[in-house]
Amino acid sequence: MAMTGSNKAVAAQQNDPNSFAASVKDAAIAGLLVAVLGFFFIGIRTDIAPGGLDLKMRWGAWIISILVVFAGRLLLNLFVLRTDSPLTRKFADAMPSGTRFAGTGKWLMRALFAFALVLPFFFTTFFPGKDRQFIDLAILIMTYIMLGWGLNIVVGLAGLLDLGYVAFYAVGAYSFALLAQYLDIGFWFALPLAGILAACWGIVLGFPVLRLRGDYLAIVTLAFGEIIRVVLLNWYEFTNGPDGISGIPKPTFFGLELKRGEGGFADFFGIAYDPIQRFIFLYYIIFILALITNFVTMRLRRLPIGRAWEALREDEIACRSLGINTRNTKLTAFSIGAMFGGFAGSFFATRQGFISPESFTFLESAIILAIVVLGGLGSQVGVVIASVVMIGGIEMLRNLGFLQQVFGSGFDPVQYRMLIFGLAMVLIMVWKPRGLISTREPSVVLKEKKRIGADMVAQGEGH
Amino acid sequence: MDAATTMKNSDQSTPNWDRDPVLSVEHLTMRFGGLVAVGDLSFNVGRGDITALIGPNGAGKTTVFNCVTGFYKPTEGRIVMRHGPGRQQDDVETLTDSGQRWKTTGNGAVYLLERMPDHEISHKAKVARTFQNIRLFGGMTVLENLLVAQHNPLMVASGFSIGGILGLPSYKKAQQEAVDRAVYWLEHTNLVDRADDPAADLPYGAQRRLEIARAMCTKPQLLCLDEPAAGLNPRESAELNELLKYIRDEHKVSVLLIEHDMGVVMEISDHVIVLDYGVKISDGPAEFVKNDPKVIAAYLGVDDEAEIDMPEVREDLAKVTGDEPAKKASASKPASAAKKQGAAEKKSGSASKKTGATKTSAAKAAGAKASAAKATKPRTSKSSASKPATSKLAATTASSEKAAAPAAPKTVAAKPKTAAKPKAAAASKAAPAASEIKIANAGDYPGSQPHGTKKPRAGGANNLTRVKGIGPANEKKLNALGIWHFDQIAAWKKAEVQWVGSYLAFPGRIEREEWVKQAKVLAKGGETEFSKRVDKGQVATSVPGKRGAQPKKKTTAKGGKA
Repeated sequence: MAMTGSNKAVAAQQNDPNSFAASVKDAAIAGLLVAVLGFFFIGIRTDIAPGGLDLKMRWGAWIISILVVFAGRLLLNLFVLRTDSPLTRKFADAMPSGTRFAGTGKWLMRALFAFALVLPFFFTTFFPGKDRQFIDLAILIMTYIMLGWGLNIVVGLAGLLDLGYVAFYAVGAYSFALLAQYLDIGFWFALPLAGILAACWGIVLGFPVLRLRGDYLAIVTLAFGEIIRVVLLNWYEFTNGPDGISGIPKPTFFGLELKRGEGGFADFFGIAYDPIQRFIFLYYIIFILALITNFVTMRLRRLPIGRAWEALREDEIACRSLGINTRNTKLTAFSIGAMFGGFAGSFFATRQGFISPESFTFLESAIILAIVVLGGLGSQVGVVIASVVMIGGIEMLRNLGFLQQVFGSGFDPVQYRMLIFGLAMVLIMVWKPRGLISTREPSVVLKEKKRIGADMVAQGEGH
Repeated sequence: MDAATTMKNSDQSTPNWDRDPVLSVEHLTMRFGGLVAVGDLSFNVGRGDITALIGPNGAGKTTVFNCVTGFYKPTEGRIVMRHGPGRQQDDVETLTDSGQRWKTTGNGAVYLLERMPDHEISHKAKVARTFQNIRLFGGMTVLENLLVAQHNPLMVASGFSIGGILGLPSYKKAQQEAVDRAVYWLEHTNLVDRADDPAADLPYGAQRRLEIARAMCTKPQLLCLDEPAAGLNPRESAELNELLKYIRDEHKVSVLLIEHDMGVVMEISDHVIVLDYGVKISDGPAEFVKNDPKVIAAYLGVDDEAEIDMPEVREDLAKVTGDEPAKKASASKPASAAKKQGAAEKKSGSASKKTGATKTSAAKAAGAKASAAKATKPRTSKSSASKPATSKLAATTASSEKAAAPAAPKTVAAKPKTAAKPKAAAASKAAPAASEIKIANAGDYPGSQPHGTKKPRAGGANNLTRVKGIGPANEKKLNALGIWHFDQIAAWKKAEVQWVGSYLAFPGRIEREEWVKQAKVLAKGGETEFSKRVDKGQVATSVPGKRGAQPKKKTTAKGGKA
């Protein structure tokens, strides 16, 4: 009896997928696959030789790649895939869950806000050599945060998938550039006009797509985005086409230009001129614009219009049965989202001093949408985190010069940014399919504020 | 108002819904391509009444709802919503001619709903609705759901969001009032403890209540509920009844509801409208509708004992039995009278030998007596059975049906002796291929009469009630035509189907209910879903058990499908 018992145990061990032998076997299969595939891709190399091509065998690289895959697969099997207590589960347990994240999100937001407030001085103090580069990056990130918040109204709150958001960015930028070029209007006067014009375009775009849902809505908005860009590209007499518009005026500080010499900002306040002052000024402009966007969005969420947007995302037919004019509600979402896009565009124009249609390709729309989706639809903090990670992360790759010492002098990490970007996106979507911050905060509370899990919240049209 | 309430339900000549309708649907037709979902439907919904719209599945009830609430644009017809008492007929006519959508009048206002978009119907005409498949904003809290319902007044209070963004105190006050109203309805729907939970988290019954609360937050004058009791347990149903009565009595809101739960309908409805295939077949107080034979026939999908009482059916039967019109009254009661007839015959001492071509006066007298008894008895029994308010219509009819069921075989056996035989003698002159049964006015109906035999084949007749759509009454009529077996029905061609359909006075139903297809399956010894239920005794209107000859089972694999 004892014999059969132990035999059984051995048999179970042999059949147990979590046993060490099974893990090794699995890793060996993976290594074999790499040996077959890698033989041609890694093991053989063609070199130009006199009189044609020369085949060179790279056995070393081939064997190393097999060993790397074998070891990697074995480790994965032992610690994640074929074990009773995967490491990932421990990580997941250590990570705060959706509802527990609520308090963290609040504190995170305050910390981020405090840091953003003093950011330029932080960099000028601690990184005096690289302050210009860092503040410029902060301006870029802040622009994307603002764009993300603007798009969040349309996609996150109203649930209307807009793949052509960059069109409003372009309308804002070109509005200011053209107003400055033809009418000689300054930044501060052009800023609201650019917002209004973009909002009008939002309504113009919104009308035809009101009846569309889902994939059709996404395709048509994408087409509208491209139409705007193509018009800007081809209307040469008016927009200067692919040559773009240059010499766009810089913003002034209550009429004071941030320039060297007489009558400038530094001269007026009696401080020494430093080119960094202009960057700090630009940073605070976009910071305040982004704050306004956030403030208005948060306020609107607590107003009937914001609740109607979210209700529209949840169930359009029920909205209509409650007397909500869904047409107007959708149009306000489109136009307010577009307005913030217009503000951001106008800021973009004044920061760059030069714009061309090339800055407003579909890739921009995709990045903004990715920021919103990664951050979590409808989440304001999520957009901030996603912007910092995506825009900041890609730019930081440029600074990883030390990697050249590891991978050789030809290594340029920027070339791999799309690869890393894609990988990060896949990981986040696997780990948190509804974005980083996926819970929803109720807009009105009777007794106790309870965050609503992502599984309850509808995603609206086109998801 | 006092006069109106006292007259309610008592004065049949001008019921409340005709005198003071809050909603009038006039000649409403809704076509989807070739399908007429609702055909020329007219009805009134009384102010302060709970009106139930009932009917079998696919009768067009939800289509009517969608037309009233603007989700469909009716093909034809007028839908008038009235604020303020009375019909305001002059204002309605002027409004109709003016081409406007609504008009304020001395008494209030009138609205033409067929001209208004859905959101205006809720906002302006104050018609709120709920949905058959609950449509809550699942990711929003219960309280938020109720605030969304108050969107329009809050939008005005927030200065169309501008004042709200600036944080004006007037908006805060308006929002507090909205929350108070929401809490009021949460208290009355017993949901106040769940106010901060997402709506999708609520159990089913609570979601149904929340949907009603949400509709009430729009301050409607007419509340349209699409199957509010669907999926509720008896206790929840009872609570729903109380809620609806409260809404009607305390808030003076008229309620129009679609409901399949007859317990709810019969208990709370002041007025019941019955639809079948897009046509109104009955309209009146609950008591009246409940006993309307047309309703029973349509609602249960098969003919009932009571339909035999309908004059046109009686006439047809008279023709079948070959009696002269004078004898109609006495001879046309075979179905219901059979049992009593037997008793009467014993009493009169007759040997009950009615094989001859002429009838004895004794038999005639017995028939007359029986019909007299029938005229009073079933009706009283039925109304007494229906007195417990919670009993369902189905249950009521089922009980009367069960009483009738034992009678049926007797008549089936008796009829060929009394009716078919003498007729057969006369029919011998007709074409040999034609039915052995001669119907006096067979030519009056389109199509051709199906072949019938005088007697069932050896082994007895099939239980035709196992075909969905054939009840005992129809079975009797079919037997009278010489149709005894499933294979006879299975052999019907289009012309025969048309003839029988028109003869049985329900053209189109045979095709719709697919008698021929069912009969084909049954004739082969197969089973349909319906016949299985009949055999288990689950179908009140069919005769359970294995009465009659069972078709020989050829293959089990060929078993029928629903």
